[in-house]
Amino acid sequence: MKKEISIYFVLFGILALLGGVLFGILGAFQFIYPKFFTLIPFLKCRPLHVSLVIAWIFLSAIGGIYYYLSKYCNVKLYSNRLPSIHLWIFILTGILVIGSYLSGRFGGREYWEFPPILAVPIIISWILFGFNYFKTVFTKTEPWPVYIWMWGTGIFFFLFTYLESNLWVFSYFRDHLVRDVTVQWKSNGSLVGSWNMLIYGTAIFLMDRIKEDDTIAKSRLAFIMFFLGLINLIFNWAHHIYIVPNAVWVRYIAYGISMTELLILGKIIWNWKRNLTKALTDFHILSIRFIVASDVWILLNLTLSILLSIPAINIFTHGTHLTVAHAMGSTIGINTMILIASCLFLIPDITRHQFNKFQSRIISIGFWIMNIVLLFFWVALILAGYFKGRLVVEDKLTFQEIMLQINPYLTVVAITGVIIFTGMLMIFLPPLKFIRNYLR
Amino acid sequence: MKLNTKRFISGILIASFFIYSIVIYTIGTSVDKGEDFVNAQAKNGKLLFQKKNCIACHQIYGLGGFMGPDLTNVISANGKGPVFVKTLLQYGSVRMPNYKLTETEINDLMAFLTYADKTGVSPVKKFEINYDGTVNWKSKDEKGN
Repeated sequence: MKKEISIYFVLFGILALLGGVLFGILGAFQFIYPKFFTLIPFLKCRPLHVSLVIAWIFLSAIGGIYYYLSKYCNVKLYSNRLPSIHLWIFILTGILVIGSYLSGRFGGREYWEFPPILAVPIIISWILFGFNYFKTVFTKTEPWPVYIWMWGTGIFFFLFTYLESNLWVFSYFRDHLVRDVTVQWKSNGSLVGSWNMLIYGTAIFLMDRIKEDDTIAKSRLAFIMFFLGLINLIFNWAHHIYIVPNAVWVRYIAYGISMTELLILGKIIWNWKRNLTKALTDFHILSIRFIVASDVWILLNLTLSILLSIPAINIFTHGTHLTVAHAMGSTIGINTMILIASCLFLIPDITRHQFNKFQSRIISIGFWIMNIVLLFFWVALILAGYFKGRLVVEDKLTFQEIMLQINPYLTVVAITGVIIFTGMLMIFLPPLKFIRNYLR
Repeated sequence: MKLNTKRFISGILIASFFIYSIVIYTIGTSVDKGEDFVNAQAKNGKLLFQKKNCIACHQIYGLGGFMGPDLTNVISANGKGPVFVKTLLQYGSVRMPNYKLTETEINDLMAFLTYADKTGVSPVKKFEINYDGTVNWKSKDEKGN
């Protein structure tokens, strides 16, 4: 029997996540004890951690999109062969990226530190993905639900913003520091927005499918929120670089657009009680449980994000662990929760197995461990960032003295990281067992 | 929402993305106070900075890793300066490995850091907060740091 290609995407995605978190833990301990496990030093651990976690986001999101399109969206994939080629390019490039990091061959920039030649197969794989996606969805005659728009937008903008993140290979960009840093963070900011489109689209799809109600995915409000998200993807990135001396209006535009997120925050708070009551009635469904958790994390991270976008606050928090709190809270609390929800829907669906009571219990314990400990992890990063930002502006201590002051909080981060990893293992062991049996 | 409305808004936003990108690549980033310091050494130094993955631990304009300090103004910072930086590049420290850099590589990195220093200020320590939440700070040549 031919195996479903999506299961391979998801399998490699889960392995990438577990590997990425392990390297993150290693890096966190190296922060406190610089001589800890010198075989893989911090400058290799950090890119391994980041790239593997990004690989988890893409592999699990893309695996889901291929499967959901062909099984649930009343369309036939334009090509069944292209996803296999896509997967192979991704895996081979991934191996080369890991090899380049381990051997100390860098050359790229933050988040994409591998030699720039490896960007070529990544771009080709996204062109194939986009070609297959749009050829498939354009055969769908009925009105598209919002998640079809979101997935398409995510693919389109990822391709362009990833190309943009490689513009530094041209001397016009590379040799001008302010332009280089600005364009790098323009692309990085929009890249995150583009993969958020893939992930939030998946969340809406799952709610639609599990509840068997497509009214939300086709509602006017869903599209208004989608376009607001798209505006933020395009214009909101400069809050990362308020202190970079580019044109002043770049900062004002980013500040203004960032504040439109208050509308999203307001909507979440307005609907909070009603949505929570509805969600709690379906809390026993594992996928729904993870989406409910992501809703809580959206509220927390969006509040933090809006605060960090105010220049008067950003001037203290920029370049501190508060930025890391925002990144980690979003990646683990929002993105990973939604993608785990997708895995827990998709893997049983493909393998035709259902979690028994014991497995559900293990996943449930993992869920609570992950979420409760993530809160301590997140708060520890916020406190580390707050104290670092304050001490830097006070300008009385040296860098090393400041780092010593925040060391207790970073110790909490490292320890809670280990516990979060344990929670993840508990969540993933039962579905990994399904995959093993299916692939045998 | 009607299909044509969705198409129209999408089209406007996609066009805005490309137009805004071009504006950023040109007039949005045309200011460069340190352009007199951009020479072959500084260009090589910038590439070496990437090849050694310095950004994993250090920051430029507060962007990068947090293991080591921000390097934007390390060349002119009180208590640091060129001799301090050169010594660290030659021998490393408890946290920073000794990369066994050649004299040329060290000079290239020094030239890049000298260029970076002239472009602006980071971290910003002296500033004024305005009523609308925006911030004013002095640039490097106005002794803002």
